[in-house]
Amino acid sequence: MSTNTATLPVGRYAYDQIDRTFLSQRVAQFREQVNRRIAGHLTEDEFKPLRLMNGLYLQLHAYMLRVAIPYGMLGADQMRALAHIARTYDRDYGHFTTRQNMQFNWIRLEDTPDILERLADVDMHAIQTSGNCIRNVTCDEFAGAAADELLDPRIHAEILRQWSTLHPEFAFLPRKFKIAISGSPQDRVAARFHDIGLVARPGPQGRPVFDVFVGGGLGRTPIIGVLLRDNLPEEDLVAYLEAIVRVYNAYGRRDNMYKARIKILVQALGVETFREKVDAEFALMNRADYRLEPDIVAGIRARFGIPALDAPADAADTLAAGRKADPAFDRWVRTNTHPHRHPGFTSVVISIKPDGGIPGDVTADQMDVIADLADGWSFGEIRVTHMQNVVLGHVRKDRLHELWRRLVAAGLGTPNIGLVGDIIACPGLDYCSLANARSIPIAQKLSARFASPELQERIGRLHINISGCINACGHHHAGHIGILGVDKRGEEFFQLTLGGSAGNDVAIGQIIGPALPEDETVDAIARLIDAYLVLRTEGEQFIDTYRRLGAASFKDAVYASA
Amino acid sequence: MPLLENGRITEDRWTEAVEGAPLPDGAVIVPLERLEEGLARTGQAPLGVAIGPDVDVRQLHHVLPRLELVAVTFTTFRDGRAFTQARALREHLSFTGEIRATGKPLPDQYEFMLRCGMTTVKTERAEDVSVWQQAHERFSIAYQPSILHERRQGLGLRRFLG
Ligand code: HEM
Ligand code: SF4
Repeated sequence: MSTNTATLPVGRYAYDQIDRTFLSQRVAQFREQVNRRIAGHLTEDEFKPLRLMNGLYLQLHAYMLRVAIPYGMLGADQMRALAHIARTYDRDYGHFTTRQNMQFNWIRLEDTPDILERLADVDMHAIQTSGNCIRNVTCDEFAGAAADELLDPRIHAEILRQWSTLHPEFAFLPRKFKIAISGSPQDRVAARFHDIGLVARPGPQGRPVFDVFVGGGLGRTPIIGVLLRDNLPEEDLVAYLEAIVRVYNAYGRRDNMYKARIKILVQALGVETFREKVDAEFALMNRADYRLEPDIVAGIRARFGIPALDAPADAADTLAAGRKADPAFDRWVRTNTHPHRHPGFTSVVISIKPDGGIPGDVTADQMDVIADLADGWSFGEIRVTHMQNVVLGHVRKDRLHELWRRLVAAGLGTPNIGLVGDIIACPGLDYCSLANARSIPIAQKLSARFASPELQERIGRLHINISGCINACGHHHAGHIGILGVDKRGEEFFQLTLGGSAGNDVAIGQIIGPALPEDETVDAIARLIDAYLVLRTEGEQFIDTYRRLGAASFKDAVYASA
Repeated sequence: MPLLENGRITEDRWTEAVEGAPLPDGAVIVPLERLEEGLARTGQAPLGVAIGPDVDVRQLHHVLPRLELVAVTFTTFRDGRAFTQARALREHLSFTGEIRATGKPLPDQYEFMLRCGMTTVKTERAEDVSVWQQAHERFSIAYQPSILHERRQGLGLRRFLG
């Protein structure tokens, strides 16, 4: 095995000929399936699971294609291919999703095989981005860069990607299955809102160990995952996950789609019984077959390009001087960067939430700009975040000012990360056939209302999450302020939840009262935020004030008639 | 639909028990409810059992040495429990006889069936066998270990199929 790390793309697993052969065979398979469908040899019912295995949904107006971005890592070349697809086959834009993927909303069935082929040219695909299988594994957007990281989770995310890709036993599970992995003690992946959440850290002899959370999820029945197993040794990672998913496949409910997720099984059996079943399966398995040997891990690790991090000794001073000279730049650095493990570098979050814009939407031209900036500033490496933003992982501090100027010029310099304007929103009724209400206009109105960066910073950390229906694609339960679209006699109403969090202080938001009509929702939230500004004590963030005082203090503000 | 083995049509030497009728002589597949009856037959005629997707195959533990075939079923292609049953039969219970996929699996699932330990397919679907044959030959790479112990590709979890 010869791997020349100097030529490997930074930050992601580099395909070789075998991975490429795998993909081209799958594209050929899908082309043939599409032909069978068009010729009428497959009914829509039969074709559906096949197209879903390739990320193709049928939505309100058109087919929607969800392209996999494994653990959110993307190269500049791949971003350009996405731009090309947006231009050629869609309406010039795409949409970053909360599961670190990219969605195209206006796709024609006949074009899909060609699109998949174009993706395969840059080692990308749409396999298992939908359907009742193990979905794209998600991961910390600052993986391999964050100052607080204990272990780079991407290597194991890639191992799980490989393990779960067209897993013969788990392609037809009772329901979709989502795995997230973090290597930082600061949970940035919502580990306890996933079917399986993994938190990795170095164990004995420096070999990784994993805490395994299971049975979390949002949707109709939001549940916080429970710790099933701690300190799972690396060599047992695949075997243990295999055991969990087997138990789920055998016992998960199939009679009722709404009760089919593993969270329901774990609740129904009780954690102890569920754990016993997993342990029994684990004990019976031929474990040697599944053992994750150090050489396998090393082989995969060797396919990840590593950035050569060297910065001038005065890089941080140059940055400090630039911040002093330019308050707007200073503000953006405050809100949109994240501490890097190397003192001369920082991670940059590019906000895909311009004031009044659609969260997560990017134009083809912006994709190209992002690709160019990644090439120029971050080793050609791009990350998509579960907040629907984009990260350039490794930016030299002395070159940050110039990067910021370029971003501002491209309309990508909004300084709102973690603030009111950094809203998560699902596609809602504008695209989604399941929606009860339009999420996007509410997001746009809120972000326009709070456009002032001074005001946003004064308000502080505040996550607003919007879902167009109970399926909770916009994670409304996990938002400090959650907004859920509901349908009342054919009209769009919005229900507010407060106090949710997806981080270490994980919590499910509580409904505070009756749903509001569309035209009152934004005002009600503005009053809620005003109330918080009055009620908070020095240095308190919204979530702290809420936890200190409870929902009652905010209820009056929300329901005060204007 | 004829019986498929290794992507080819093969002769079916088994008969299925008919509900309400006595068991025939020769190789017969009985439903799980009639397993006792099948086992009680005199002579050495081959015996197979057909199980539904909700059966825990561990309950077959004691009788497996006397069975030459277990038929698992896909009541619809969406119900993937038969995959786990087949794997458990091979991996936990070391069953070496025929595992037959029945019901309504899709040809697109053929590779998965084989990699979970099923050896033959007899489906109620009216597909052209050529679709199944193609499905059998199409793929040369998989990304994870399976019951077939395919040759590791050196790097990571990948395997060469076939
Ligand atoms: C527009 C097409 C979409 C459709 C038809 C759709 C459908 C669904 C459905 C049916 C559920 C409920 C599943 C369940 O809990 O059993 C769900 C949940 C969810 N979806 Fe979507 N969705 C769409 C778009 C998105 C987008 C754009 C994202 C962001 C990546 C997303 C992320 C999620 C998440 C995070 C959940 C919560 C699942 C959980 O319980 O953990 N979905 N979606
Ligand atoms: S939350 Fe509902 S409306 Fe929004 S994308 Fe998901 S299914 Fe569609």
